Amino acid sequence: MTNAALPLSAPGTPSARPVRRRIGWGWLGIVPFLLFAFLFLIAPTAYLVVGSFQNAKGALTLENFQQLFSPAIIATYGNSIEISLVTALAGGIFGFLLAYAVISGGLPGILRSALMTFSGVASNFAGVPLALAFIFTLGRVGLFTIFMRTVLGVDLYAGDFSLYTKLGLEIVYLYFQFPLMILIIAPAIDGLKKDWREAAENMGASSFQYWRHVALPILMPSLLGTMILLFGNSFGAQATAYQLTGGFIDIVTIAISRQMRGDVLYDPNLGYALAMGMVVIMAISITAYSLLQRRSERWLK
Amino acid sequence: MAFLELTGIQKRFGEVAAVQNFDLAAEAGEFVSFLGPSGCGKTTTLRMIAGFERPTSGKIVVKGVDITNRAPNQRNVGMVFQSYALFPNMTVADNVGFGLKVRKQPKDQIRKRVGELLELIHLPDKAGRYPWQLSGGQQQRVALARALAIEPQVLLLDEPLSALDAKIRVSLRNEIRAIQRQLGITTVYVTHDQEEALSLSDRIVVMSEGRIEQTGTPFEIYNFPSTGFVARFVGTLNVVSAKVLDPTAGTLETAGQPIRAAGPISGGHSGDSVTVALRPEIISLGAREGMNQLSGVVDDVTFLGSIVRVRIRFSDGSGAISFDTFNNPHLAVPDRGTAVTISFPPEACLVLDRAEIAAAAAPEDPDAA
Repeated sequence: MTNAALPLSAPGTPSARPVRRRIGWGWLGIVPFLLFAFLFLIAPTAYLVVGSFQNAKGALTLENFQQLFSPAIIATYGNSIEISLVTALAGGIFGFLLAYAVISGGLPGILRSALMTFSGVASNFAGVPLALAFIFTLGRVGLFTIFMRTVLGVDLYAGDFSLYTKLGLEIVYLYFQFPLMILIIAPAIDGLKKDWREAAENMGASSFQYWRHVALPILMPSLLGTMILLFGNSFGAQATAYQLTGGFIDIVTIAISRQMRGDVLYDPNLGYALAMGMVVIMAISITAYSLLQRRSERWLK
Repeated sequence: MAFLELTGIQKRFGEVAAVQNFDLAAEAGEFVSFLGPSGCGKTTTLRMIAGFERPTSGKIVVKGVDITNRAPNQRNVGMVFQSYALFPNMTVADNVGFGLKVRKQPKDQIRKRVGELLELIHLPDKAGRYPWQLSGGQQQRVALARALAIEPQVLLLDEPLSALDAKIRVSLRNEIRAIQRQLGITTVYVTHDQEEALSLSDRIVVMSEGRIEQTGTPFEIYNFPSTGFVARFVGTLNVVSAKVLDPTAGTLETAGQPIRAAGPISGGHSGDSVTVALRPEIISLGAREGMNQLSGVVDDVTFLGSIVRVRIRFSDGSGAISFDTFNNPHLAVPDRGTAVTISFPPEACLVLDRAEIAAAAAPEDPDAA
């Protein structure tokens, strides 16, 4: 074979030249995002990670993390976890039932678009404006409170109820929690195929059996995943609680701001450690959400 | 009394009549197909048997029991869905055993029945798999096993093969038929694929616009269509214009050449314009004694694998006729432009009446109907 030893392509031909990868212009488009992420996410996180392992003089220490296990701080985390759990569960269940009724309950289609529009707005309505809105409505001299007292003769504050307690804060949080649930769970409910219900009925299943064996297990990853997201959403809220209670209710985000602002207390390194605790809880929440969401997507595609 | 009886079934969705005057009597163990284009009411009728739709009027009786107003979960009718509808959160075994589980059957009995059915569908090693881990063909077999698990009185299949590729479709339809014969279960099969209906069924119900066009065996439906719609929808059809010469003798003229129908042309008069339908496979190349003969020029030759379809055009410009010939590498197929003569028996001439002419002349678009 005379050509056996010939090179596949002669030197100097275009195919023999080393291929030089060119950097595409597409990368330029994401530079602002990368810059933003570095300045406002990566750098501050790195700063608080380092700061959480330092004392006031900048020396390396684990003391900040040891303080996290003090009774006061454990109680603070306990409050945050309790409020987050309650609002995630209540908002999750209420949001799911509402979304299911509107999407699969045979109600007029216009209700669905109205609810989705409201949810899009309400899920982003948080912080100082939300707290003020509730104070003006359900506060001691709020519009609704006065209306109930003067027109219907019902004094909302006659019993134990107060907007400025843990229960009040949970009610306020629910205002953005259940719309968020509706927005995230709606695609999962849409993914429930009509054929599954019909197939179940065809094999003799009652409505209860369909929900127990088919619909709920299929929706469960989405339900749990979304509730975890609601938990994280509530856990990270600060402005609403601060504006509503003036820091009276001790939750982690308020505890962090107290350590940073230094009106009474000032220990930014402890604040960093508290924030690290939050980062860990949020990371667990997001990981669990992602895992459940992946499972749900596989079922509902 | 028939095993499955549908009497005077009507279904209206508001102003739209989806199914009208539908009557059917299927015997035990019979395989009946509903064949028709999209929107002809075949799936609606099937869903009425399953109980997912209530008839506006009419009666559905299975084994002498009126089930018209029974809930779907009280009918003991198994259904295989076009989309498989397997429960994604359950394994193959759990899917197949679902109907028995909700009927509170003992666990060991469920396990035994599931094992038998997985053997029947040739998937005994896939019991622990989830639906997303199976191919489309395997998923549809599991759906079939799941429908059979409850030992239904009637098995309903709603276009079960339409989402599968051609090769799997053929092998699976043979498998469905074999299982149906083995179990002797009365089966109603919905399809818009004429080949599927012809190859599977004991009887075919051809439907159009919510009505039954014709009910008969595949042989009857294909060879003796009773309406222009059936002739057009089932198989490929040549439609040519002709003029009646002698209605009593059944003679006609097309493309300036005389042809003969098998018998008198009922209701026809000399000089009437009619339409004649001819199946391509019944026409042969060359002049043959005692047969109708038409001459023309080869206009197109299409290679279709085992057969070759040849189209000839008549010299007077009155139209064209296609015919099929087996692909034999040792026999030459005429080239384009060659003058040829074709032959066909008088029995092959289907003279359509005026109402049918319009239907037969309409473009062949099953989805448009």
